[in-house]
Amino acid sequence: MPFYLEIIVSISLLIGSAFLLIGSYGLVRLPDIYMRLHSPTKASTLGITGILVASMIFQSHLKGFLSIQELLITLFLLITAPVAANMIAKTALHHRAKPLERTQNQELIDVIRDREPPRSPHDPS
Amino acid sequence: MRLLPMPSHSLLLFVVWLLLNNSASPGHIVLALFFAITIPWLVADMRDEHPKIRRPWLAVRYTLMVMMDIVTANLEVALLIIGPIKKLKPGFVAIPINIQSDLGITVLASTVSLTPGTVSAEVSKDKAWLYVHALHLDDEAALIDSIKQRYEAPIKEIFGC
Repeated sequence: MPFYLEIIVSISLLIGSAFLLIGSYGLVRLPDIYMRLHSPTKASTLGITGILVASMIFQSHLKGFLSIQELLITLFLLITAPVAANMIAKTALHHRAKPLERTQNQELIDVIRDREPPRSPHDPS
Repeated sequence: MRLLPMPSHSLLLFVVWLLLNNSASPGHIVLALFFAITIPWLVADMRDEHPKIRRPWLAVRYTLMVMMDIVTANLEVALLIIGPIKKLKPGFVAIPINIQSDLGITVLASTVSLTPGTVSAEVSKDKAWLYVHALHLDDEAALIDSIKQRYEAPIKEIFGC
């Protein structure tokens, strides 16, 4: 394996694992469940992509033909991550999980749980 | 019965089968063709009507834009996680949406979840409000505006609804 490929593979592995590490660290560090949701849905997509890019380059070199199988994993991840996050958020709302004290617009929570439109029409301006 | 009731799905199945097996050998191409023709033929009657993609080119551009946004979203959220937690101002936001089709709303909600600082939590029963949780909510009106212009408008155009 030529040196420059090794460098590229190592760099994308490092970037990927850095993002995954930050994502997991966020799970420990952020205070409430709604905030924790953000770290695995976002930080992990780029993390996994970095590792898959490394795998794609390495496998393509190893096998001698373009191996883009890993794109499928990215695709499935992009489709499933938001759905999972959405379901976890819904579950948390139904369990009446307490949001952080300083969360803004807490009055919306009951409305969201019942899937009603906001009570006083929210004027964004 | 038409030969290919769902042409785009057939293409997708064909490509996914070849990718799953990571090969383009004649045997797998035949097998992929077999699946691409029979599976849509079997399930065509069972599916709900969804709006078709009216502007495929815009859809491609939208996908690329979302990819770029995912990268920036990752960086932003990573910085927020490492940075001081006490300064974060999380919040719920109600975003008025104007898309009727379920598919359009699903695409919008997924995009919102994948892009900077927001996770979509729920859609109101009348499909007029998308509820979003933001990790760091500075300016509610600006967030609503950016989601409506950056994501909702192109989705509406793509599906023509």
